[in-house]
Amino acid sequence: MNFVVQLTYLLAAVLFILGLKAMSSPKTARKGIMWAGVGMVLATLVTFLHPAVQGLTNYVLIVIAIAAAGGLAWWSGRRVGMTEMPQMVALYNGMGGGAAAAIAGVEMLRALRTLPNDLQIRAEALSMDAGISVQAAEAALRAEGAGSVGIAAALGADVAILAILGAFIGTVAFSGSLIAWAKLDGRMKRNQLVPGQQIVNIIVFALAVGFGILTFFTDSVIVVAAFFALGLLFGLFVAVPIGGADMPVIISLFNALTGLAVGFEGYAIGNPAMIIAGTVVGAAGTLLTQLMAKAMNRPISNVLFAGWGSPKAATSEGPGGEMKDISAEDAGILMAYAERVIIVPGYGMAVAQAQHKIWEFVELLQARGVEVKFAIHPVAGRMPGHMNVLLAEAGVPYDMIFDMEEINEEFATTDVAVVIGANDVVNPAARDDPSSPIYGMPILNVDEAENVMVIKRGGGAGFSGVENHLFFGENTRMVFGDGQKVAGGMVQAVKGL
Amino acid sequence: MAIEGFVAIYIFMLAGFAGFEVISRVPVILHTPLMSGSNFVHGIVVVGAMVVLGHAETLPEQIIGFIAVLLAAGNAVGGYVVTERMLDMFKSKDEQKKGAQE
Repeated sequence: MNFVVQLTYLLAAVLFILGLKAMSSPKTARKGIMWAGVGMVLATLVTFLHPAVQGLTNYVLIVIAIAAAGGLAWWSGRRVGMTEMPQMVALYNGMGGGAAAAIAGVEMLRALRTLPNDLQIRAEALSMDAGISVQAAEAALRAEGAGSVGIAAALGADVAILAILGAFIGTVAFSGSLIAWAKLDGRMKRNQLVPGQQIVNIIVFALAVGFGILTFFTDSVIVVAAFFALGLLFGLFVAVPIGGADMPVIISLFNALTGLAVGFEGYAIGNPAMIIAGTVVGAAGTLLTQLMAKAMNRPISNVLFAGWGSPKAATSEGPGGEMKDISAEDAGILMAYAERVIIVPGYGMAVAQAQHKIWEFVELLQARGVEVKFAIHPVAGRMPGHMNVLLAEAGVPYDMIFDMEEINEEFATTDVAVVIGANDVVNPAARDDPSSPIYGMPILNVDEAENVMVIKRGGGAGFSGVENHLFFGENTRMVFGDGQKVAGGMVQAVKGL
Repeated sequence: MAIEGFVAIYIFMLAGFAGFEVISRVPVILHTPLMSGSNFVHGIVVVGAMVVLGHAETLPEQIIGFIAVLLAAGNAVGGYVVTERMLDMFKSKDEQKKGAQE
């Protein structure tokens, strides 16, 4: 029976890798996720036959847990809107990390439970051999070295190390992802938890590492519990100061961490499917995180340890001049007579649910012979590539959508650049102002276009809290209003021509 | 059950390379579904959670094991549903394009 179980795990691992590989093209991606899904179902079903799974109570508990959590996740996953995908992914990801940590927790409890027996049996044998009392023998055994009693002795040194590592990464990914979810969902705004956050973070990290080492040798439940608590605390402290455009990076990073934790725990309980799937995800997530960080031209360590977008960083000199506004109708007519138009959508557009109206407007422009393109910054949205999904939802064909690198030179020869709901990714301060907190981040060169239209609800700063000099530019006109209403006004104006 | 130390490191290394290779070919427009999809794949942790709950003997072990299965099942099912819905949008686009271009 064990052979069948292991063979199915192997099959599942193959299906996962093939499934992820199929995601290299929109044509095969759907098939890919289905293969991976089949792998998951097979692996889950066959685990009921796993020789280690026994006891009626445990069987019942497993079925209840899968049915309850699976049902709830299915229901919530079906309901969630496309704009809310990032927090949903963060939430599910945190659950994975938590599960990996919980697995480590159970294994450590088991190890602790078997320890006293081992020690007692050995002490009894020793007391017989040496002719001393059992207590004396036990004390002598304990004195021999901490390594001979403790979790490391019960699990084996290599397994213990990986279980502890996985537990730490898993707890960090769990609490960190929950914070990311709360922030993205607008339930949490603050960027600092305690004064001197950086130093506190380092202290908590050092303490967690210390207790991790202690856990290796310990036979005390309290030490293990403290270790888990410190891991949770560290995840919390890492995620709280992060805001603004760093969010996509951090979600991707936690995704990679959960993958690693799953891989390590797979090793701890001897499950190759978990090792392979977890490691593949860990590597994939690391790569994605690097791509994201590169898109913002900042090393990952900066994302984690610098307080980007914190209010005190945003005090560089305010832009001069004033904003000039224009009505939605005039903006629409101006574009109708243009030759080339580039639209730069941001998360604000999706929140206003304006993408459908915008697409309607674009179709009208195209009917009049205007060349329209969409330009997308790598960190537009709240997750890598999020904006592409939002545009796809509105029905924009993906051959009209261009990455920053592909399109950035074209702005100089464009008649009208339309910025809708985007802010930081078009802020020239990133290019010109070394004192700006977003200095160095590559941006879309919207300001080089002949005319710039910025559709925006008000004059305030963006998600990162940085003032935008673009809004005060000579060639810039502000179209104030709700994205959807403005788009509707532009549609009416062009239809009336 | 146990996997020998060095064999595990080999598995780890090869799986890591496979991950890098597989992902480096994915275009930017699919990064979100990809992330969500890899998020689904680490839902395989449900298998490990089932095993530890399956051989839990004391009440604390059963409680933590139960939580492990709850979280893991949520990860797997939620990750799948969300990824599938996102890819759905690219599919409809794909078929539209086929008619227009090819």
